[in-house]
Amino acid sequence: MSAEAHTSTEYIKHHLQNLTFGQLPAGYQRGDGETLSVGTWTLAHTAKEAKDMGFMAINVDTMGFSVLLGALFLFFFHRASVLATKSAANVVPGGWVNFVEWVVEFVDSSVKGSFTSRNPMVAPLALTIFIWIFLMNAMDLLPIDWLPRLAGLSGLPFMKVVVSTDPNATFGMSLTVFALVLYYSVKMKGLGGFVGELTLQPFGKWGMPANLLLEGVNLIAKPVSLALRLFGNMYAGEMIFILIAIMFSGGAVMMLTGGVLQWAWAVFHILIITLQAFIFMTLTIVYLDMAHQEHH
Amino acid sequence: MNINMTLIGQSITFAMFVWFCMKFVWPPIVTALEARKKFIADGLAAGDRGKHELELAAKRAKETLLEGKIKAAEIIAQAEKRASQLVEEAKGIGKIEGDRMVLAAKAEIEQETHRAREALRGEVAALVVAGAAKLLRREINAQVHADLLEAIKNEL
Repeated sequence: MSAEAHTSTEYIKHHLQNLTFGQLPAGYQRGDGETLSVGTWTLAHTAKEAKDMGFMAINVDTMGFSVLLGALFLFFFHRASVLATKSAANVVPGGWVNFVEWVVEFVDSSVKGSFTSRNPMVAPLALTIFIWIFLMNAMDLLPIDWLPRLAGLSGLPFMKVVVSTDPNATFGMSLTVFALVLYYSVKMKGLGGFVGELTLQPFGKWGMPANLLLEGVNLIAKPVSLALRLFGNMYAGEMIFILIAIMFSGGAVMMLTGGVLQWAWAVFHILIITLQAFIFMTLTIVYLDMAHQEHH
Repeated sequence: MNINMTLIGQSITFAMFVWFCMKFVWPPIVTALEARKKFIADGLAAGDRGKHELELAAKRAKETLLEGKIKAAEIIAQAEKRASQLVEEAKGIGKIEGDRMVLAAKAEIEQETHRAREALRGEVAALVVAGAAKLLRREINAQVHADLLEAIKNEL
């Protein structure tokens, strides 16, 4: 358990708090009782501070890990692409290149299976989503106290390792996808076509308000469901890991049980993280396909 | 779990990653995959072609061999025929030559016989003349009775 957290509740709360960097206003009384004389940019030391920073704050851990993982993904895949290009003609591809090609073909076949129009952006988008989300999800296979403990030792108050348990991350992705859906809907069908799609079905033009309500919900549900499905799954999974981790403080028998449970849950989670990444990717492809189609 | 700037940061990060992937990761891998696919397909096709050519060559070799065998048989048959012809010819020539030689020998024998007979006749005539001369001595003159002696000689 972390040094600052003494009860189970505190332990859980501590694990669910992002490392937030933002501005606290002048006259703000901090968690340790200190009152700020001027507005200060700082790391939040309590959950309340993070909350009070409002919208103009950033979750350093979320951004850090997601950028790190994304960069790792792009670096190694780019390397593989260079190696593959070199070896395409006459050299047998190595293990890593093989793996990357396998992933690429898997994503490519998924795109070809669900996406009926032509758009060179969709397949790379799907690959990025799949691998990036997979890596972000995979962070929860690390024992949950390792990195937060390390952060605590180096003076950082919080550290939430699994990026996809931060709704900012999942909504950030799903809103980008949503923006693409809107963009291609308008581009492919024209503004009139898109508005028509929202208002003229399923009940014809006399049922316009009902149509708009139904189709509007339908449209809004896309990014919300994308983000919440991933967030909910990962958040729940992480919560179970935390609860299992609490068992470690309950004596030898509990520790042994906790160890077995953690192992079992981690194995099960390998399936979950892959599945969630795959679902996000597939739904993105499907939504973009719907955006490209004149009729549906 | 507060919604804050991270949302926008994540969106931008995500968009940048997608852009990078679209620009520098996806196309080269797909191109390389296509190139390898083509390379393998070409290799397989070349293999097939080679196999086919091998089959053709084997067939051709077989045909050539057969042709050669037939030709050889023909040549042998021809040679045999010619050989027997030659033997026949030689036989014919030998026979003619033999006949000729027999004939020549016969003619020579006849000649020899004739000559011996002529010589014998002359000697006998001389002996007769000598005998007659001994008997007749005076009455018979060799020069006077030459035609008589010649007639006797011819009769012998």
